[in-house]
Amino acid sequence: MSSYRTPLSRARGHGAAREGAHHWLAERLSAVALAPMVLWGVFGVIHLAAGDYQTAVTWLSEIQNLVLMVIFVAVGFWHMHAGMRVIVEDYIQKTFSRVSLLILNLFVCVLAGSLAIFSLIRVALLGGAL
Amino acid sequence: MTDAARPARQPPLSPHVQVWRWHITMLSSILHRVTGGALYGGALILAIWAICLGAGPEAYMTFMTVLGSIPGKVVMFGLTLAVFYHLGNGVRHLVWDAGLGFDVKTANLTSVATLAFAFAATLAIWVIAAMTGAL
Repeated sequence: MSSYRTPLSRARGHGAAREGAHHWLAERLSAVALAPMVLWGVFGVIHLAAGDYQTAVTWLSEIQNLVLMVIFVAVGFWHMHAGMRVIVEDYIQKTFSRVSLLILNLFVCVLAGSLAIFSLIRVALLGGAL
Repeated sequence: MTDAARPARQPPLSPHVQVWRWHITMLSSILHRVTGGALYGGALILAIWAICLGAGPEAYMTFMTVLGSIPGKVVMFGLTLAVFYHLGNGVRHLVWDAGLGFDVKTANLTSVATLAFAFAATLAIWVIAAMTGAL
């Protein structure tokens, strides 16, 4: 007997435990969802750029625009968090900087995304200026 | 008696510009990251738009004035390019995920096609924007 280490101890940390595909798959799924939504979003921007405050409130008060905007922001911010996470993990090697940037990335995405979503819903439900 | 200490697991490093010769697929890969980073900023601008809209007409008009200024339009033009490049190259990645288009000739061709699509779509969108009075 050459070793007291269990086979489990040697296997740990050496490969996927059937969870590795989750992040990969979620990134692709969000990309598939975002592809048509971003095209819709571009035309939304053109429509809103030509109008004023009331144009935007009216546009957002239509239920399909509100729902699509909320989904767009949620999926978009999830996707951008995943993308920036990969960039940080690839390029930042110092543990402290890496972890700090990963946490900052998460906090910025959750905070900005939540502020955007709740603002959109409030405008749509209250019909604009309070 | 005891196993030798496990070798430290070094994370693989991305190919580096001092190691790899320049080629078009490298450019398209780098641009995917650059445009992704730019769209991070674009998404934050979208969030600011939503927050300003929620804050009322005055905040919204301030936001629209800033975005409608020349620097604002330059940013929006750049973001349009970034959106269409990242969209086109994202579709290219999805095709790769299906196991297609990996040979060098096709990969080079789709690199050029993605770039061409980004410029053509950006131009088309800004022409439409100009015609509908969005500028």
